[in-house]
Amino acid sequence: MRQQQPAKTTKAVTRPRLGVFKFASCDGCQLSVLNLEDELVALGQALDIVYFPEASSAMKAGPYDIVLVEGSITTSEDARRILNVREQARTLITIGACATAGGIQALRNWADVEAFKRAVYPSPQYIDSLGASTPISEHVRVDYELWGCPIDKGQLLRLLIDLLAGVQPRLPTQSVCLECKRQGHVCVMVARGLPCLGPVTRTGCGAICPGMGRDCYGCFGPAEGPSAGPGLPPNTASLASRFHHDLQLIPVEVLRRFRGINGHAKPFKDESHAWEDA
Amino acid sequence: MKPEPVLPSPNPYGLHAATIVEKVRESDDIDTLRLQLVDPAVRKSFRFQAGQFNMLYAFGVGEVAISIVSDPDEPQKLDHTIRAVGRVTKAIQRLGVGDRLGVRGPFGRGWPLEEARGQDVVLVTGGLGCAPVVGAIEYIFRRRQSYGAVKILHGVKSPQDLLFRERFEAWRRHPDTEVLLTSDRPDKAWHDHVGVVTELFEQVAIDPARTVALMCGPEIMMRIGAAVLVQRGLPATALHVSIERHMECGIGLCGHCQMGPYFLCKDGPVMRYDRVAALLGRAGV
Amino acid sequence: MTPITSPSASPGLLAKSSFQRFIDALMAGGYRVMGQRLCDGAVKWDDVRLVSDLPIGWRDAQEPGRYRLEPTDSGRFFEVVNGPESVKRFAFAPREPLLVIERSSKSFQATPTLPKGEKTALLGVRACDLAGLAVQDRVFLRDAYPDPYYRTRRADLFLVAVNCARALPTCFCASLNTGPKAQAGFDLALTELDDAFLIEAGSQAGRELMPRLPLAPAPEQFLAEAEAQAEACANSQTRRVETAQLPQALYDAHEHPRWDQVAARCLACGNCTMVCPTCFCHAVEDVPDLNGQRAEQARVWDSCFTQEHGYIHGKNIRPAVKDRYRMWLTHKLASWIDQFGTSGCVGCGRCITWCPVGIDLTEELPALLKKA
Repeated sequence: MRQQQPAKTTKAVTRPRLGVFKFASCDGCQLSVLNLEDELVALGQALDIVYFPEASSAMKAGPYDIVLVEGSITTSEDARRILNVREQARTLITIGACATAGGIQALRNWADVEAFKRAVYPSPQYIDSLGASTPISEHVRVDYELWGCPIDKGQLLRLLIDLLAGVQPRLPTQSVCLECKRQGHVCVMVARGLPCLGPVTRTGCGAICPGMGRDCYGCFGPAEGPSAGPGLPPNTASLASRFHHDLQLIPVEVLRRFRGINGHAKPFKDESHAWEDA
Repeated sequence: MKPEPVLPSPNPYGLHAATIVEKVRESDDIDTLRLQLVDPAVRKSFRFQAGQFNMLYAFGVGEVAISIVSDPDEPQKLDHTIRAVGRVTKAIQRLGVGDRLGVRGPFGRGWPLEEARGQDVVLVTGGLGCAPVVGAIEYIFRRRQSYGAVKILHGVKSPQDLLFRERFEAWRRHPDTEVLLTSDRPDKAWHDHVGVVTELFEQVAIDPARTVALMCGPEIMMRIGAAVLVQRGLPATALHVSIERHMECGIGLCGHCQMGPYFLCKDGPVMRYDRVAALLGRAGV
Repeated sequence: MTPITSPSASPGLLAKSSFQRFIDALMAGGYRVMGQRLCDGAVKWDDVRLVSDLPIGWRDAQEPGRYRLEPTDSGRFFEVVNGPESVKRFAFAPREPLLVIERSSKSFQATPTLPKGEKTALLGVRACDLAGLAVQDRVFLRDAYPDPYYRTRRADLFLVAVNCARALPTCFCASLNTGPKAQAGFDLALTELDDAFLIEAGSQAGRELMPRLPLAPAPEQFLAEAEAQAEACANSQTRRVETAQLPQALYDAHEHPRWDQVAARCLACGNCTMVCPTCFCHAVEDVPDLNGQRAEQARVWDSCFTQEHGYIHGKNIRPAVKDRYRMWLTHKLASWIDQFGTSGCVGCGRCITWCPVGIDLTEELPALLKKA
C-alpha cells in the first residue's frame, strides 16, 4: 500500500459525509465495503464515515453527502424509512441486487406471503411484511446503482473515487462475456453446455463464475437495459430458446434461470413470465 | 516471424501537459479554453490545420476529441470550444485558468483550404458546428486576396446559442464577405433571419462553377444542406463536411469512429461530400 | 496454392520420437514455449515444456455454438485444431496499460508503460491465425501511427506453424485462401505425418534454429504426402465464404430483411469479436487512485456490440442489435477491404463455434446477398 499523504488530514473538515443504510438484505454488500481492506484507511481519510452501523456504533445524524443503501423494501416501516434516508442524502447509491432489483427475496413476489407467515409464525398477525420485495428505485430517486450479489468492491471503490473527484461515474453495461473472454476463460456454455446467463448479464463481477467453471446466474442483473442509460433490454428470448431447444432445459428450468437473484429486474422478469405456461 | 521493421516513432499515446491560460464562458455549458503547451520545444514545433482536432485529457477521467478553433497561423495559441455534455467535458469545464490538461495531437484531416484558393468559399454551420470552421475563416482572411467571395451562413436553435457574436460581426466587415445568421426560435432582440440555415441559401448568390463549400453541424443539417447545394449545381466534390463520431484513440486504431469504410479520426473529420453522401443519414452507419 | 520451394526453405524430417528435442531447442534458444493445452473442456495457450503437455489423444469437435473434446487414438500431437484463443492476445493484449500519469503540484507527468519483452515461441499456430496476425500487423503497424505496445509484444514472437491435417465443420480458410497450409508469416512450419514431422523455415530466425535440430533430409514421398494431406484437408471443408461480390454487395444489402432475422437471435454479447483473430476495437480507460495523485491509462478489448461503442453525446449511432450485427459483419467482410486492402475474415470459424446461440456468418452472408 502506498504511503498516505499526511497533508490530506488537514482537509478533514471538508470531507464528504458518508452514511450506509441497510434494509432487507444479508449484509454481504456492506461487508464488501469493509473488505476494501487495502483502501479502507485512505477511504476513511477521504470520507467522513458518520453512519455505518455494520462497522461502528458511533452513528451521527444526517444530512449525508453520499449514502449507500443495501437491501430491498419489504415492510411498510422500511417504505417510510427510505423516504427519510433519501431526504438526508445528496447522492444515493444502491449497493447490490436487493437494493437495485429487489434481490432473491423478490421471489416472494410470485408467492403467497400470507401463507408463508402462517406456516412459519405461531402468531402471524404481528408480522408486518409487504406482499412484494421491491428495489429502492421503486420508492425514491436513485442516483447510481451498483449491481451484484454481492457488489464488486472494486466497482464501489471506483464509484467513490469518481464522486470524490467530482467526476461523473461510468458504470459499464456490457455483457459478462467480454470480460470472460479478456481473461481467457473457456466458455462454459459452448464447451460444456451449461446454461450460462453471461451473455445477457451486466459485467462488473470480473467473470468470477465462468472463471471457476460454472455458469453465470445473473447476479449483476440484465446487461445494458433497462434501468440505466439508453440501452436496450438484453435478448433474453434468444438465450432462453437456446437453453430450451439445444441445452435441453425444460420450461420450468428456463424460468428458474431468469427468476433468481435478479428475478424482479424487468428483462429477467418478463423472460421468466414467458416460460410460465410454456 | 517478425513483421517488417517499422521506423521507431514517438509514442502516439504520449501526453503533453498544457496550461489553461484563458477561459471564456460562451454560454451556460460552453467554454472556450486557450491552452499553452508547457514544454517550450513542443510548443514551438506544434502546427495544426484548421479543422483538425486534439485529444484533450482530464486527469483521472480520460480523453475527448475536440476540434481546434483558433487560427492555424498562430499555433502557440490553442483554443478549444467545449460543450460540457460528457464525463470528460464536464470534468474539463470545472478546470480554471492555471489548471492543466493533457494534449495529444493534432489529428485528422482539416479543411482543404489550399485546394480552395482562387475560389469562392461558402461556410455553412449549425450550433456548435461553427467552432471547427473558425480557424478556416481566419486562415482565409489572412490570405484574403487568394480567395473569392466568402459567405458565412450560420444557424442556431435560439439566440442564446449564438457563439462568437463579435467574430461574426468582425467578419462581416471584410471585403466581399457576407455573414448571414438565422435562428429557429428568435427572441425580440433578434434582427437576423428566422428559420433553418438552409433557408439562407436563398439569400446568397452561389456560383457553382467556382465555389467550395465547407459544412459543419448536426448531421441532419449537413445532409439536407448538402443536398440543396448539390441541387443548385455545386459539384459534390466541392463540398466538404466535418462529421462527429465517438473517438477514443484519435489515430485510427480503436475502431469507434467508423462510418462505413472510413475512420473519421484519420480519414476525417473533414470528408469530401461525395465520399460520404450515401452514408449520411443511413441508419446504423 | 503454390507450395513454397525456395532452396533455403527445403524441409527437414524430424522423427516424432525426437520432438522433445525440438521443444528443448526452442527453450535453449531463450524462448518461453507456449502451446495449446487442455483446459476446461477446450485448449488454451499455456506453457509447454514436455511433449506430454500437448493434447495428445484428443481432438476437437466443433459446430455452431458447440465445442467438445473427444478422445482419439490417432496418436497425433496436433489433432486438436484450435480453441477459443487465436494468437491475438500475444500482440494485442486484452488489457494493455498505456500510461501512468502522476500529478505533481498543479501539473502531471505521463510515462508510457511499454510491456516488458519476453521471447515467446508459439507452438502450433494454424494458417488462419497467421493470416489473422498479418491482418493485425497491417492495422497496428502499417498506418500513420504504428502502435509501440503492439510492436514490442509482436517483436518477441517466434511462430511455429502447424499445417492443418484435419478441418472442422466450422473451418473455411480454403475459400479465403488463408490455409490450411501456412503460406507466410511463420518462423518454422511443421507438417505432422504419422511418424514424423516435416519442418521448414520461413524466416532467418527459423533458419538459424534448423541446424540445432536432429533433422534428416525429407524424402520425396513425405513431401508428396504432406501436399496430399493439405489438399485433402482443404477439400474436406464444407463451409465457405464467397468474396467475389464483396465489398459492394454487402453495402447494397444494408436494408435487407435478413438483418432483422439475425438480430432476433443475436445476443449482442460480443463473443464473436473477442474470439476473432482480427477484431481490433478497444476502449481506453483511466483508473485513478483514491488520492487523485496517480492514474493508470489502459486499453481493453472492446466490441462493436456494446452500447458504448456507437455512443456520441445524446445519441447512439447503433442503438439496435440489428445495427450492431450489421456493423460487425459489414466491417469484417466488406469495409475492411476498403480500409486495409484485405478481408477482415480469415476463415478460422471461431465466431461460429463460440457464438452462444450458434450464429453462422457463412450462412448469413449468402442469405444477405440473395435478393430479399
